[in-house]
Amino acid sequence: MAPVDYIPRIRDNYARLGYKTYSWVVNTDTPPWAPLSKPLSRCRLGLAASGGIYATGQVAFHYKDDTSFREIPTNVDTKDLRATHFAYDLSDARTDPNVVFPIDTLRRLVREGFLGGLASRLYTFMGGIYSSRRVTEELAPRLTARFLEDGVDVVLLVPV
Amino acid sequence: MTSARDITLAVNPPRAAFLNFPLGHTTGKACEPDLQRNILVEALSSFETMTVPGSVKELSFRWSEDGEWKARAFAEGDDRRPRHDTPQYQNDEDRRRAEQGCFSPCPFCRC
Repeated sequence: MAPVDYIPRIRDNYARLGYKTYSWVVNTDTPPWAPLSKPLSRCRLGLAASGGIYATGQVAFHYKDDTSFREIPTNVDTKDLRATHFAYDLSDARTDPNVVFPIDTLRRLVREGFLGGLASRLYTFMGGIYSSRRVTEELAPRLTARFLEDGVDVVLLVPV
Repeated sequence: MTSARDITLAVNPPRAAFLNFPLGHTTGKACEPDLQRNILVEALSSFETMTVPGSVKELSFRWSEDGEWKARAFAEGDDRRPRHDTPQYQNDEDRRRAEQGCFSPCPFCRC
């Protein structure tokens, strides 16, 4: 079954609503490439997810270009996780955060030996940031620094 | 991971795995841990098999037999919530705990 084409749908919808044209991020250069240096079963994996997940007790995300992130301990109790976001239907994420933040799934893959291990902390943010410049200049470098500090071999990105 | 193939093709990351599910389910369906596991195994395997920068792997999973969800995938109008610049908690108890500075990974320090 063909994928949904979101770009033309959003473009048409914005025009109907009288909004300014949304400027999509388009990268035409060949992306950078880092080959995997060892099998996944020996890799430590990091995770960044944009679905607005936080752990109860943490300050929740706001909905106005929030470029902050939350650090979620990898041994978090899944029932302590919450979801907040202005732009997607949260009902399933609140029932089971694994739909946008695959914490139990990744822990299971470590137990099964498919992955070597996980970083001791994982990262979440609220992806509705309508400034790619702020993502590039504020959020991305801070997350990259964390992944380097955490000594991960691979990173899984889970946008919504 | 991505559930929006055209947006990901435009961004052009080094590697991607496309799951053709409604937005809000990038890594699977709620309360289906075996499906969630199989999705991630297929997606993560790309780290070992992809050799060309910009590759997008199409995952084999289907949300449903028919494509009915796609008609509802993008309603006309704007159903997004207002973009408040204050923390938006899932519930009031979360707000209370955050304002008291309750977060700690230590189970004995919880409020």
